[in-house]
Amino acid sequence: MAIIARTGNEAMAEAMRQINPDVVAAYPITPATEVVMIFASFVADGLVSTEYIPVESEHSAMSACVGASAAGGRVMTATSSQGLALMYEILPIASALRLPIIISEVNRALSGPINIHCDHSDTMAARDFGWIQIFSEDAQEAYDNVLQCLKIAEKVKLPAMATTDGFIISHCMSKIETLEDDEVKKFVGEYSPTLPLLDIKEPKTFGLLDLQDYYFEHKMPVVEAMKEAKKVILEVGKEFGEKYGREYGFFEKYRLDDAEVAIVALGSTAGTAKVVVDDLRDKGVKAGLLKLRVFRPFPAEELAEVLAPLKAVAIMDRSDSYNTQGGPLYTEIRSALFDLAKKPKLINYIYGLGGRDIGLEEINSIYTDLASAEKLAAVNYLGVRE
Amino acid sequence: MSKKILEIRWHGRGGQGAKTAALLFGDAALSSGKNIQAFPEYGPERMGAPVASFNRLSDDPITLHCSITNPKIVVVLDPTLMGKVDVIAGLPEDGSIIVNTKETPATVRANLKLKGAKVYTIDASGISKEAIGRDIPNTPMLGALVKVSGFLDFTQMLKDTEVKLSKKFKGKPEIINGNIEAIKKAYAEVAGE
Repeated sequence: MAIIARTGNEAMAEAMRQINPDVVAAYPITPATEVVMIFASFVADGLVSTEYIPVESEHSAMSACVGASAAGGRVMTATSSQGLALMYEILPIASALRLPIIISEVNRALSGPINIHCDHSDTMAARDFGWIQIFSEDAQEAYDNVLQCLKIAEKVKLPAMATTDGFIISHCMSKIETLEDDEVKKFVGEYSPTLPLLDIKEPKTFGLLDLQDYYFEHKMPVVEAMKEAKKVILEVGKEFGEKYGREYGFFEKYRLDDAEVAIVALGSTAGTAKVVVDDLRDKGVKAGLLKLRVFRPFPAEELAEVLAPLKAVAIMDRSDSYNTQGGPLYTEIRSALFDLAKKPKLINYIYGLGGRDIGLEEINSIYTDLASAEKLAAVNYLGVRE
Repeated sequence: MSKKILEIRWHGRGGQGAKTAALLFGDAALSSGKNIQAFPEYGPERMGAPVASFNRLSDDPITLHCSITNPKIVVVLDPTLMGKVDVIAGLPEDGSIIVNTKETPATVRANLKLKGAKVYTIDASGISKEAIGRDIPNTPMLGALVKVSGFLDFTQMLKDTEVKLSKKFKGKPEIINGNIEAIKKAYAEVAGE
């Protein structure tokens, strides 16, 4: 164990170094560039035995990852925003082929207008491609989540992305605790692919044309694997806690058990909200927070159970679905709570698009709003000027 | 705002080391067992353009991830920024501003039209030219900041910085010694009112 100062990007690159994947194929993009840049220096310095493929686009990066993973390698990449968007065509192929590829993804607003700062529109647009998606509050979680994503992905044979918030976390240096190289090696174990293409004694073909007759059946294993992932995410999070003292689940409950009002948020915003919750608790307000970590698979039953007793809940979305009925997190949580006999009033706040700062005052105003939640509109755009 | 967190804002020009200074100060505080954050403000990055960077320091874990709007301490690496950038924006009554300049604190206060807060000055550029042979004001400013903030143990901070510089500038003892001398001198000479 070492206590060091690292940015989110450095933390993710460090986890990748310790994993020492067989192949990394990547193309740089702000704000994830450093992950790739630092990892490339690890390769150049001989600190990893990875085959590093500097491709000409993210589409090629993910295509090379699919090829290398199908061949039987342990494969990783890093990207952000338009880079992830350029991978979209290949992402569902990775999950359909059951390839446990890992992306260190740095959340950044999708163009346009062009913007380099944080929101979750890139990751949220990739939510229906059969990838496991895990969000991180800070650099420590980014490091821990990359390690856990790899183990989860290889166990359930699905690709996974661990995400951080662009600039807010990716470029913020903070104190993190890293594991020893040997500990990481032991934690992730040796990778033994089930059906490696390079096993030339057992020749096989990948990516065949699959029409009306069987395509549907061949999608079902992804559905089943996602169900399995819910179990494995908890197992791996528990094991991580037992071994290294930081346990992870689907979400973190912060002063939520006796709360009357609460916020649900992803990523760095949840950290800032903790300070607001503490202040409100000092003033006698029964405020709580639920920091969602796992967005895919979606922990619907578990969320319904913990949110049910509350009076009012604000769901914070750092992206919009442009569906006229709220952001992706809000609509999924509403759906998760639909069958409950008694449920809290749910309000949606879409906030922080394109990196708009979300501070204590803004979060505090949401808790104030929740005291009279009945009067609020269902979907609100936080702090947008008229 | 949690009162237990010390927030600092650095002002400089692109290429002057405002980001590096925040990272170095954060790293030094980490070595003293503190919880830290160090982050730059990102915009168009050009040599010579005004830039800012930030630190948060605390004995307790820091979960704040928003921007810093009311820093307790402001550090100005380049005096020519004053009048062009609002360096005292959000500076509270009980805050401090440290400026790299040959001017006296009283002159700087008058130029900034600043009421309240403490004003400190130090000729960090002069010290840097003398000790290191180049105008790199960020290292001496670390010494001034340690003095003004009272947040870190100076002897420990010097020791940690020496270890870090030794790794970075192996075989260049003149750079290491020059930097250490510059930090010590700024620590001793920073003056305020």
